[in-house]
Amino acid sequence: MGRTRTIARRSFLIGSAAVLGGVAFGTYLAVKPSENPLTESLAEGEAAFNPFVKITEQGITLIAPHADSGQGVHSMQTALIAEELDIALDQAEVSFGAPDPAYYNTAMANDAVPFAAFDEGLAARSMRVVASSAFKILGVQGTGGSSSTPDQYDKLRAAGAMARETLKAAAARRTGLPAEQLKTENGRVITPTGEAIPYTALAAEAAQIPPVTDTPLRDPAEWRLIGKPMQRTDIVAKSTGTLPYGIDISLPDMLHAAVRINPRQGGELLDFDAAKAEAMRGVKAVLPVTGGLAVVADNTWRAFKAAEALEVTWGPAPYPAEQAEHWEAVANSFTPERLNTTWRDDGDVDTAHQGEVITAEYRAPYVAHQPLEPLGAIIRADANGAEVWSGHQLPRFVQMQVAAKVGCEMEQVTFHNQFIGGSFGHRLEFDVITLAAEIAAQLPGVPIKLTFSREEDFAQDYPRQIGMARSTGSVKDGRVESWALDIATVSSSVSQMGRMGLSLSGPDAQIVAGAWNMPFALPHLRVRGYIVPELAPTSSWRSVGASTSGFFAEGFFDELIHAAGADPLEERLRLVTRPVHRQVLEAIGEMSNWGSDLGAGRGRGLAMFESFGVPVAEVVEVTDTPAGIRIDKVFVAADVGRVVDPVNFENLVQGGVIWGLGHAINSEITYADGKAEQSNYHMAEGMRLYQTPQIEVRGLENGSHVRGIGEPPVPPAAPALANAIFAATGTRLREMPFYKHINFV
Amino acid sequence: MELSVNGTSYSLDVEEDMPLLWALRDELGITGPKYGCGIAQCGACTVHIDGQAVRSCQMPVGDIGNAEITTIEGLGTPEAMHAVQQAWVDHQVAQCGYCQSGQIMQAAAFLETHPEPSDEDIDRAMSSNLCRCGTYPRIRAAVKTAAAKLQGA
Repeated sequence: MGRTRTIARRSFLIGSAAVLGGVAFGTYLAVKPSENPLTESLAEGEAAFNPFVKITEQGITLIAPHADSGQGVHSMQTALIAEELDIALDQAEVSFGAPDPAYYNTAMANDAVPFAAFDEGLAARSMRVVASSAFKILGVQGTGGSSSTPDQYDKLRAAGAMARETLKAAAARRTGLPAEQLKTENGRVITPTGEAIPYTALAAEAAQIPPVTDTPLRDPAEWRLIGKPMQRTDIVAKSTGTLPYGIDISLPDMLHAAVRINPRQGGELLDFDAAKAEAMRGVKAVLPVTGGLAVVADNTWRAFKAAEALEVTWGPAPYPAEQAEHWEAVANSFTPERLNTTWRDDGDVDTAHQGEVITAEYRAPYVAHQPLEPLGAIIRADANGAEVWSGHQLPRFVQMQVAAKVGCEMEQVTFHNQFIGGSFGHRLEFDVITLAAEIAAQLPGVPIKLTFSREEDFAQDYPRQIGMARSTGSVKDGRVESWALDIATVSSSVSQMGRMGLSLSGPDAQIVAGAWNMPFALPHLRVRGYIVPELAPTSSWRSVGASTSGFFAEGFFDELIHAAGADPLEERLRLVTRPVHRQVLEAIGEMSNWGSDLGAGRGRGLAMFESFGVPVAEVVEVTDTPAGIRIDKVFVAADVGRVVDPVNFENLVQGGVIWGLGHAINSEITYADGKAEQSNYHMAEGMRLYQTPQIEVRGLENGSHVRGIGEPPVPPAAPALANAIFAATGTRLREMPFYKHINFV
Repeated sequence: MELSVNGTSYSLDVEEDMPLLWALRDELGITGPKYGCGIAQCGACTVHIDGQAVRSCQMPVGDIGNAEITTIEGLGTPEAMHAVQQAWVDHQVAQCGYCQSGQIMQAAAFLETHPEPSDEDIDRAMSSNLCRCGTYPRIRAAVKTAAAKLQGA
């Protein structure tokens, strides 16, 4: 294992030209370490060892800056620190911390460059330095892209080790004993005679000495916590209704707000009559906001009712009004002008395709996020700035957006991040924040809690990208010979970044995510991405581009393998190039007892797809019953390099599979008259418990880097299900949602 | 009007047709029951009224009379958890956790009337509660554990 100093340079001081091969790219400013955000607010007698650990006489505070929308990130961050700091999981207060550029996300920056996650070549590493520097300048304290564990894995353990050794050094000074004779346990330094000095009692002295930075990280064999089942720190509160989410926060004299925004997203409010709403009980004000109106009342339900009672005339949508026009725009984008880039071109596809070829077209619709906690935010604004209570994945951008609305500096915006009742990408967006800020700015000094009704949340959601793929391939001598995969989607990256005032430089790797870098060596393989002109606004949806490209690629790959008369697992094993991916395939074959007879009316389907650096293979088993397809069982093998908590890992994988399957079966957003036609869960519900198969999970640890598991189980689920249905019924599904083409139990 | 919630009597001045959910959350500050859909599709707002699981977003406060309302806060506490809550902790069910108050209230009422549920009974009883994170496999297991524990008690 490395030493903290090395680790520090490699991760949170990443950008140092000296470490990454002497390539600086003019990033001098970016390699300057961030100021320590904790030292500014320290009282006398407090010692801050680094931005993640704070110890006072009163207690130990850990700063876990990543937002938690359900993945257990808060708990995971606590465990990483506690492992080295030698405290119990319940021994420290854990805070999301104030937004600060010191908490920029290295792992997210690493994945932002257009190189495969496994590419450690010079060009890829150089690009990662540049991207990471840019993120640092922006101060992106971001949570997303399954990056929290990889981002924090080294940093937090190093922080814990540094804190522990500095406390030992302070104890050595006090006792006159050499530090090597001191041990640490449960938040105390223990002397050879058994005297125990609490860390809290050493805080003041530790502040007087230089931090001990030259500490080796512990060997995994010594770990107490990592790799073993842990009780999540939030689990009791979440099982007793005592954990406050953003929607549960209440402030003195707070008022409740609802909005009615043009459901033709981005369109104008042309005319309105608020008389009826204003006369309703509890209504305090009807106020103009961007794209519509807000009602402020003394109760959320009264605000919802009054918002419904507003009489409004909406302007047209700034995108095609009807769904058929959206599909037409996608279908018309496979042209040289719309070519985003050719991502891969092995062999000579055009020559290979002069003979008999197999062709198919695949479709993936818009899909809403719709986490169960609706979007909401509390904001109080006055002449001194603003205070914000909400859950968000990009806290620094929250400060910026609120400052712009309130008319103050971003430093005057205090943001209190909250536990989030699900995101799936939804809490990367800002509408509820900026709308609440607009309302609060019109009612200075009054805390305003804005809650989206579920219907408003559906109407204003920015769904997953819509897209199509056109594949052509050929087979020869029982083998897959060639494949030309063309994918056209709108760019959710362009749409999302545009709303943040940012632009995407270069081609959008998300359009072909996981497909262009598939770990298979076909004699001829070409992957091209086409960018569809902007249609309805879209955003990151759990697993982002891979949620569509995974279906397109692994669905058609199965068609080619079938045409070749080959076995889906054997053919992938024959073609796979990377050892980690091979081991994932071998594991799934063993787990699912691949090749065994399932009996009549049953079928199994396989898919393997990589996203966020994690190869995941899934086998779905189905039965074709008289009432429709029943999903019996799913096997999953995923390689994350290191499984931090096997219980939480299994839970997240099962949840990802359920997300992938449920939405593939029954969810889409369609537009009519410029508005989303789906308004609540009865029209886009995902999977329910009775449909849930048994899901058997295996976490592999062959990969060289620790990775996150929130998103990677999603992309293989839809194609594995489609391939299983083909095996059971002979019906090939090439369009989601599947229930348009086949019944499910 | 008067409402009895978790053994405490409250008087409040609200419309008869205000859904119980919003009376609890915004008038009484009892936030365990969650708003999810407002149309009885998700179950996040589930409470017990005289022991029966009810979607509080669809229950006008004027219809409750002097029936006893129990929310997740009244089912058990972090220090003294109900068997269902303990099973939820033992199985590490929650991810985001937002639906789990409703899931637990649904399961607790169900086990009162079905002390020895079959797998199909569990699937039927728990399928009206949505979990967007997909914790269903653990919900199934936790309901079974809770049933066994309540039987043994």
